[in-house]
Parts: sequence; structure tokens; C-alpha cells
Amino acid sequence: MNEIEFLSWVRGQGFQIAVIIFIAGVIIRFAEILLLGRKANIAEAKGSEMSGGMRTIVSRSFPDKNTFQRSTFTVVAGYIFHIGLFVTIFLFAPHILMFKDVIGFGWPSLPTPIVDAMAVVTIIALLAVLTHRMRDTVLKFITTKEDYLVWMLTILPLITGYMAFHRIGMTAPTLLAIHILSVELLLVVFPFTKLMHAFTFALSRWYNGAISGYRGVQS
Amino acid sequence: MSASLEKGINALKEQVDSTVAAFFSSCVHCGMCSDACLFYTETGSPASTPINKAEPLRRIWKSEYTLLGRVGKMFGLTAKVDDELLTNWETLVYDNCTLCGRCSMVCPMGLDIALLIRKTREGMAAAGHAPEGLIGATKRAVTIGSPMGVKLPALMAQIGHVEKDTGLKIPLDVVGAEYMLLLSSMEIMNFPEFIEATAKIFDKAGVSWTISTEAFEATNSGIQIGVADIAAELVQRIVDAAEKLQVKTVISPECGHAYMAIRWEGPNLIGKPFNFKVRHILEVLDEFRKDGRLKITGKETQRLTYHDPCQVSRRGGVIEQPRNLINMFAENFVEMPDGGKMNWCCGAGGGVSSNERADEVRLKVFQRKKDQLDEIKPDAIISACSNCRIHLEDGLEEYNMDIPLMSLTETLAEHLAD
Amino acid sequence: MTNNKDKTLGETLRSQGISRRSFLKYCAATASMMALSPAMIPKIAHALESARRPSVIWLSFQECTGCTESLTRAHTATIESLIFDAISLDYHHTLQAASGHAAEEAREAAMKENFGKYLLVVDGSIPMDNPGYSTIAGISNYDMLMESAKGAAAIIAVGTCATYGGIPHANPNPTGAVSVGDLIKDKPIINVPGCPPIPVVITGVLTHFLTFGTIPELDHIGRPKVFYGQSIHDRCYRRPFYDKGLFAETFDDEGAKKGWCLYKLGCKGPTTYNACATTKWNDGTSWPIEAGHPCLGCSEPDFWDGGGFYKSLSMPTENIAQTAVYAAAGAVAAGVALGAMNKSKKNSAAKAHNKTTIDDLEK
Repeated sequence: MNEIEFLSWVRGQGFQIAVIIFIAGVIIRFAEILLLGRKANIAEAKGSEMSGGMRTIVSRSFPDKNTFQRSTFTVVAGYIFHIGLFVTIFLFAPHILMFKDVIGFGWPSLPTPIVDAMAVVTIIALLAVLTHRMRDTVLKFITTKEDYLVWMLTILPLITGYMAFHRIGMTAPTLLAIHILSVELLLVVFPFTKLMHAFTFALSRWYNGAISGYRGVQS
Repeated sequence: MSASLEKGINALKEQVDSTVAAFFSSCVHCGMCSDACLFYTETGSPASTPINKAEPLRRIWKSEYTLLGRVGKMFGLTAKVDDELLTNWETLVYDNCTLCGRCSMVCPMGLDIALLIRKTREGMAAAGHAPEGLIGATKRAVTIGSPMGVKLPALMAQIGHVEKDTGLKIPLDVVGAEYMLLLSSMEIMNFPEFIEATAKIFDKAGVSWTISTEAFEATNSGIQIGVADIAAELVQRIVDAAEKLQVKTVISPECGHAYMAIRWEGPNLIGKPFNFKVRHILEVLDEFRKDGRLKITGKETQRLTYHDPCQVSRRGGVIEQPRNLINMFAENFVEMPDGGKMNWCCGAGGGVSSNERADEVRLKVFQRKKDQLDEIKPDAIISACSNCRIHLEDGLEEYNMDIPLMSLTETLAEHLAD
Repeated sequence: MTNNKDKTLGETLRSQGISRRSFLKYCAATASMMALSPAMIPKIAHALESARRPSVIWLSFQECTGCTESLTRAHTATIESLIFDAISLDYHHTLQAASGHAAEEAREAAMKENFGKYLLVVDGSIPMDNPGYSTIAGISNYDMLMESAKGAAAIIAVGTCATYGGIPHANPNPTGAVSVGDLIKDKPIINVPGCPPIPVVITGVLTHFLTFGTIPELDHIGRPKVFYGQSIHDRCYRRPFYDKGLFAETFDDEGAKKGWCLYKLGCKGPTTYNACATTKWNDGTSWPIEAGHPCLGCSEPDFWDGGGFYKSLSMPTENIAQTAVYAAAGAVAAGVALGAMNKSKKNSAAKAHNKTTIDDLEK
């Protein structure tokens, strides 16, 4: 397989396979979760599940002062790399073209140098997060192999994307193909790892807020 | 006798529902829950990271209720739940967690970790991995009617004293009373002043109330040890008494988990809605205040603070009522740092105080409360949970701090206008 | 043409009335194009002047003659065209005067006379499914190539068909077309891809061969690095617009009129290595992107199968939306099945539940 064939494969069949696994996996995971169901709370309500749940979906993005002070690094680094991922994934013109091709509509992009800079910031933040994970007592204790795998698969598209954009080390078609392949790997493992939090966080936060909201507490 | 690993695993399987599945699916191992838990912050032990305590339940969810876990189980790749695991987790789940729910408030993914640990206890208990102290308390609660072994004659004796001291009649088994007051064993044995205070306030407020001689115990060891069947049985006793006396409202006394048990878990445990209301004593008192039935005289000039009991505030929703009431008599009230729904646990809730094995750690983690108190240096602490109160007194003594503890209801009674 | 065979290029130039000055200018341009130091100019001039015109055999297989057309568009009286006059083009379907048996005899004679020394130029791909798809004088392309290659000093594959299979090789490749490099492994092959290749690139390769007697440094797919070392994108004059995120969305919008980047219109510049952006076409007049059309990537293998000329590089080549819909439909069924299994497992756990009493708290 030459590099152009490789590129064609990752843009074609490879992408298809990855999307099938991703879509099917996410739907299956949601079905597994939701069809388990939960019993309705029959205690006399003091507040609304719905408004409590919706509120927490938003409010849990903003830690209270004490939590921020105690987990400053986790919060700040977490914010940086999540924003960085958002910008690099969703606001880079070539990526938007891809989304437009798949879902039928696009949106404005950011100037390329900004996205480029964000990619570097995100890579640095992810490296910092990894260092923290390997050195912090608690994180060392609770970290599993999956955490490292997910970290790797998250940073890979950033690094390969950066290399493809700046044409570092290999020919452009190879770099682009490797970049797309790295994203496909991410898509394939996505539904079966903690990456699912990108979708289930809303569900989880809603349940948390609903449980508290029912008792009249804003969580 | 008949507890077994199979029963434990089956119980864990029963506990998994869509909330559990959504929670575990969302955990990113960020470790922020550890910073919210006094059993980690004060011991530095990473095993006490809240989410780690729910590991047995997580394993069951993963291997039984996820596609990848099912496949992994076929090839023997998923982590198993066995007696060794449960033995290792016993101290984490019972001794190093008070189910205070502070972790549930900070988790950026919104996991209700306290709920997960509460559910984990169901499996631990069914597998015979509950601590001895809690088993004993639970047995006493079921057989004697009180985890501390308090029987009716003991209550009657205390009521006798109260009636003598106050000249008020304590109404027993009055059919059709508006309120039915529950008591915790601790109040009967350690703080009978609570009964006196309540009697005075209710008398002044002019409401009809009663105590049932058949179901006066408010505490529920079943929810602490994590056996829903036993918890339901204990709730049912109260429901039966309340229905028999046809009361409108059952009052949970100054006790955190009792309120959780009867107010929030109760109907769900017995599987049917109550035909009476359940209120915490502070909610009732605040209602009196709003209705103008609570006349207060004199002010406390000393620097007062309020310790929010976890199950009453954060997990129960009774947050503004104590502040409304304290403001009636306090001139110099100061909020605890992180007070309200984010308050730090005293360190002895959720069955920890019934578990002698946890005595050392509960006093160690009291350091957190000490730090909070050192910041504001109050003259006295008000609380609304007898269990918090006993442990706070214990902790203050251990750390050579001389700050008196006050019950909110009792303090209010002292300021009743004639 | 054979009577000119013994003349050197220098003699030919002079007889054509080309001044020494313009010849050196050509040498300087060639040196710069090939990224050689200016010190090399006299060496190039000397080598070219004294070069004995080598014999060149040009084979055309499955091709469209576009490559030859490109060469013959090398304008009147340019040095480039004279380089071609200066070689001894002993066999070339389109350009040779001889035909039929005479043509084949010329080829055979040239091969015999210059065995081991002649240059073999090939354009077009070779059909391997059935030799009958393309024959010359009753000889299959494969046989002719193998026979002609034997005595060649080097082979220059001209055009994307000869280098990578090109359009005949495009999916579904009905003739089983392959490239020269697929068949010949024991001779130096210089790939000069493009559909067609830039004329000066072909003459540049020849100049290099004449000057140094060696083949130029090649990249990993056999292309001379001096011409194919940089991508179109890296040398494109519209690159600043890409960097700023300014794109033409259609062929007639404001962006197109302002000359913004053509990435969104499917430009393959970022993955294409060729010299178009620097040498341009038609004597430096213009080139596709300057004319407002995205690069097709014609100098890369399989450029015809790259998912469409007007599909951006970052777009998937298959219908992903449809794939996603099918996947979703299947997954909903699978998810409901798995969800039902979960529910029934939970229900059987509830059924297996024995009421726990205080006697069941210990083992």
C-alpha cells in the first residue's frame, strides 16, 4: 500500500469502519444505561427533579471556591485541554469541512494560527495532566491502564495533526493519513472507555441534580 | 450464618440502575472527590478516595451490565468481586465513609458517589462484610427497638423526669394529634433536654402532638449498614404507628440519618407513599416561626456558629430553616467556612459512630472540623443532630478545645417568651 | 535524424544560431531549478556542449499522448525544445517519421548499436490482464518493455500512467494496468509523474543525466527531489489565505474573486509534490491554482481515486452520513437487545433476592 492508497483508505473505508463502531457503540452504551431504568421516587417532593437536573448539568462546570482551591491544577488544566480540544476539533477549517460533508452543515472557523497555537497549548496541558497523574498520590492509586490508553489516544490526534499541518518528518499524504487514522482509533475506543463521559456527563449530572433537586438542594 | 458472597453479588446486581450505570460510565478518574473527602484530606490515604470505595459495585456494573464487560467476563478478563475484595473494602466502605455526600457535590462529572457507596453497602452487608458494631446495633434496633438498646421503660422514666421538671404533660399515643414526634436513642439517653424543649415549644405554639409508645425510635440502622429489608421493617413500624394514631405529620428529631431514613428513603423502602407528612424538627419550628407561633425573648451575645449535619443539610435539604431560627436569638452568628450544603462532616455519621473499629479514624479526621473552627473561633457550636453533637464533643475533647455544643431546639426553647 | 547523431549539443546549438549568452542563461536557470550552486553553471555548460547526443528510445503504452503534447508545447526555439532536438530520438510513435516495419527496425537497430548506453523513456501504463489490450506491431506492451529495458542505461518513466499506473490503473482498473516500476526492478528508473508532467521538468532530468551521467537524487517514490521535493501547498502563492482561514467557498464567490485559498473546493495541493507552483506552465504564464482551479494532485499515485477532485482533503471519501444512519439503525436494535438483557438480569437478581433479616448479617 503506498501512501496515497493509505490516505484513501483512511478517508474511505477506514473512516466508515470507525464511524460505524463509534455510532453503534455510543448508542449501545446509552441503551444499556437508560434501559436499566430507575424507580420513581415516591417520597413527597420538595423540589423539581427536572430543574435540579438541568441546573446541575450547567453548574457542575463551575466548582465552588473551596473545591477550586483544593483541586486547582485539575480544574485549570482540565479546562485548558477541554477548551483546546474543542477549538482544535471544531473550529479548524478543514475539520469543519469534514463535519459539513458528514452532517450537512458547517460553521465559521477560527484563523489557522490561533488553532495552531491552541494545539500546542492543549498538547502541553495534556502532558502536564499526565505528569500530574503519574506523580499525585491519589491519581497514581486510582489510575488504570485504560486511563493511560485514553490519554494516549487523545493526544495522538493532536500531535499527528500538528505534524501534518507543519509537515514534520514525513510526506504530507502520510502525515495526513496517520492523523486521520489516529482520530479513527480514538473513535473506535471511544464508546468503550471513559471517553464516553463526553456524552454521559450530561446524564450523570442530570441524575445528580435531580436526586438533590427532589430534596430541595441545589447540587 | 447465612450471609454469603453469592447473596452479596446478587444484592449488588440489584443495586445497579440507570443512575449507577450513568455515574460509572462518566468517571474520568480525575481524583477531585478525594479533595472533598475528609477521610482523604486528613489521613492522606489514597485508598480513601471516594470513588475507590464503590469499586465492588463498579466491578459488578462493568462485568454484568456493559457490552465490553460481558465479553471480557467470557474470557475471564474482568475484575471479579470476591471475598478477598470485600474484606479489603470493608473498612473503606464502613469505617472511612460517613455517606456525607460532599464528594457528590464536587464531582465534575456529577457522580453521586455517596449514593454509589450507600449501594455498595447493600452488597457488603449481604455478603457478611458489615462491621461487627453495626451488626450489633442493627440487631438491637430490630429486636429491642433501638440501636442503643433503649426500651420503653427508659423513655417513660425520662418522660417522668421531664413532666416533673416542666409541669407539662407529655402526650403519649394520642389519636388524631397533628404531630407525632420521633426520638433518637441518643436524645433519650444523653439529651433528654430535647424532649423537654420540644414539649415547651409545642405547648407555647399550641399545637397537638404525641409520642407513640410503639414506635418512638427515629434512627434506622438498616440504612447505615445497608440492608434495605431491615431499613424497611424499621420504617414500617413508624408508618404503622403514625397510621394508627392518624397523625398529620411525623417529626424527625435532631438526627441526620433518621431524617434521611424516614423522610427520603422511607416511602421508597416500603414501596408506597406515606399518607402523612414527614418533617424535620427544624422545618416544623421554622413553620411555627413563619406562623408567628414562636415568640422569642433575649439574645445570645456570644459568637455562635452552626454545624450543618450532612443528612439534614446537604442530603436532606434543610438548610435555610436553621439559619432563620438562629437569627431569632443570635446577635453574633458566624457561618462555618464552607457552611451550608458544602459543610464538612463531623466524621462520625453513616454508622461510623456505631462502629468501634472506626474510633481512631473518626477522631483523626476531626482535624478537618478543628481547622474549620480554628478559622472562626466560635464561642459555641449549634447543631441539629445528636450524633454530630456527641462526636463533636468527643473530638473537641480529644483536641483539647473548649467549645460548648448546643442543640438548636434546646437553645430556642431557652429563649421562649412567656 | 540519424545523420546528426555524431554532433555534440554545442555544435547543434551553434548551427541553430543560439548565442552563447542565452545558452549560459539556460544553464543558470537549470542550475537554479535543480538547486545547484552557481559554481556548477560552467560545468553544466561544458557537459551539455560536449555531450554526444545519446540515443533515446521512447515507448508509448496505455496513454493519451498528453505527455508528448506537453513536451511539444515547449514553444518554438526554446532551449528546452532544442535539448530534444539534440538527443537522438530513435523511436517515438508520434514524432518519428518512419512507420510500420521501418519503425520497429529503427528501434531494434538503436538498441543493438547503443546497447547498455541508451535512455529508455516510457509513457503509458502496461496492461497485465490480457496482453491484447495494447500491442504495437503485434508485440505486447509487456514484451516490448522488457525487451527494450534490457540494454537501457536508465529508464525515465514519464507521466503518471508510466510512473504509478495513472488513469488506466484507476479503480476498477479494467486492463490490470501497472507502472514501469512495478515490472522492472533491475534498472535505475526516474519517475517524472504528472498528468502531464511539466516540460521543463523532463528536460531538467535529461540535463542532469547529460551533465552528471547519473540519475538525480530521488524521493521514496522515485521522483527527482529537485522538482518534487516540495508540495504545491508549501510553495503556493495562495498559502497565506489558507493560514488566515480565508477560503473560496464556490468558484464564483467573493473569495474566489479575491484569489483566496481553494482548499474547500477540493485542492490537493497539501498532499501533492510537484514544481507547478514555482515553474508554472506555458513558459511561466500561469498554473492551475493561479487560474482559479484547485490542484488535482496529478503527480501523486492514485490521484484519480482520491474521492473526487472537488472534495476537500479533510472530507471522508465515502458517504459517511449514510453509513452513520445504517450503523445507528443497527445499533438501536442491538442496544435494545442488550438493554433488555440488562433489565432481565436485574429482574432475576431481584427474584433471587431473599429477604435479609438480622440473622443474615453474618456468615
